[in-house]
Amino acid sequence: MQVAVIKYNAGNVQSVLYALERLGAEAILTDDLEQISKADKVIFPGQGEASTAMRYLKEKQLDQLIPNLKQPFFGVCLGQQLLCEHSEENDTPCLGVFPVKVKKFVPENPMDFKVPHVGWNNLFDLKTPLLAGLNDESFVYYVHSYYCELSEYTIASTNYVLDFAGLMHRDNFYAMQAHPEKSGLVGERILRNFLSL
Amino acid sequence: MLTKRIIPCLDIKDGRTVKGVNFVELRDAGDPVELAKIYSDEGADELVFLDITATVDKRKTLAELVTKVAKAINIPFTVGGGISTVEDVKILLNAGADKISINSAAVKNPDIINEMALEFGSQCIVVAIDTRNVDGIDFVHTHGGRKATILQTQAWAQEVCERGAGEILLTSMDHDGTKGGFANEITAEISSMLSIPVIASGGAGNMAHFKDVFTFGKADAALAASIFHFKEIPIPNLKSYLGGEDIAIRK
Repeated sequence: MQVAVIKYNAGNVQSVLYALERLGAEAILTDDLEQISKADKVIFPGQGEASTAMRYLKEKQLDQLIPNLKQPFFGVCLGQQLLCEHSEENDTPCLGVFPVKVKKFVPENPMDFKVPHVGWNNLFDLKTPLLAGLNDESFVYYVHSYYCELSEYTIASTNYVLDFAGLMHRDNFYAMQAHPEKSGLVGERILRNFLSL
Repeated sequence: MLTKRIIPCLDIKDGRTVKGVNFVELRDAGDPVELAKIYSDEGADELVFLDITATVDKRKTLAELVTKVAKAINIPFTVGGGISTVEDVKILLNAGADKISINSAAVKNPDIINEMALEFGSQCIVVAIDTRNVDGIDFVHTHGGRKATILQTQAWAQEVCERGAGEILLTSMDHDGTKGGFANEITAEISSMLSIPVIASGGAGNMAHFKDVFTFGKADAALAASIFHFKEIPIPNLKSYLGGEDIAIRK
């Protein structure tokens, strides 16, 4: 099995590669359209700013390729947000795989909730094979200022300021706001579940 | 619920752990990777590596170490000590660090915070502030607390936040090494003032000190070194104590 990790101008890609290496998966970091199309699984990591990332994806024609891929696909962090329809971050139209909007955390009282949401928070209302073996006490590591709204595609929620989509699923597309590569044994389990889909 | 973070800090010199490590299960007490793995398995929420290597030519050792740590553990970690340029940050992040921490370099040239935040994102830029109270006023100190500056701690914390720091690591030089508890007052003051997380450091001596810094001190995370290294407070015990005291903690 070959896993393609999409290479673009997003940070922290190295950590995703190390996590896959720990799980014994054969992974390549690539922005080559053909290599990505041929891979058994695709991981779309992310960290950074939405409009800059979308511009890069367009330059590489990855914006055309990604929504049409048929193999299991996993968007992580900014990768989850970019799979949505639109992000409030610099008013950016995204890939549209999920008909979901990405919004900025705006707490009523800024002193109650710091933004970004940084640290370990738990998932609840878990569904589907991606979260097999996990429960409502499963903590994952978050670092983000924008969140995906709840929808029929939400397969796990997290509460911070409000309930938002911790993970999402539609057809072959899976997505997660937290960083599985930094989320200890829980993150490892989610990655392992994805690899065995 | 977002949990409070427990962060062991490891001092590194020439790629090896120094001072205060007393783990019986360690085959090599000087191996930072092995120690990091133990802390991560024990439930530490994050780790900080503080490089105290004096010479510039040994810096390469640090990047190599960061890669080894990143390959071995699956929790976030920060690397600090002697970082002063955008290039330094790039090397460490590419090697696998999740965040870097800057201290003296930010005091010397505050614009570096903006430059680093713009280049890599605020989320990976931690600004460490060493503070000491002098006649009732809190002043920023550098060089391990030895050198006083004219910067007032509260104003400096506000400034680094506005310049794009993602987190503040606040060490009270008055409390550091005393084991008498964290500096709850100034930690609470700064944490309430800012929209970014504050990591409290300096003074941890018992489990109640952690409870105090998370409640009275309003800290988002607490960092300590020797009490963890010498197993005076094992992390699993600390976490179950805090859980029992109704502090939100990752199980």
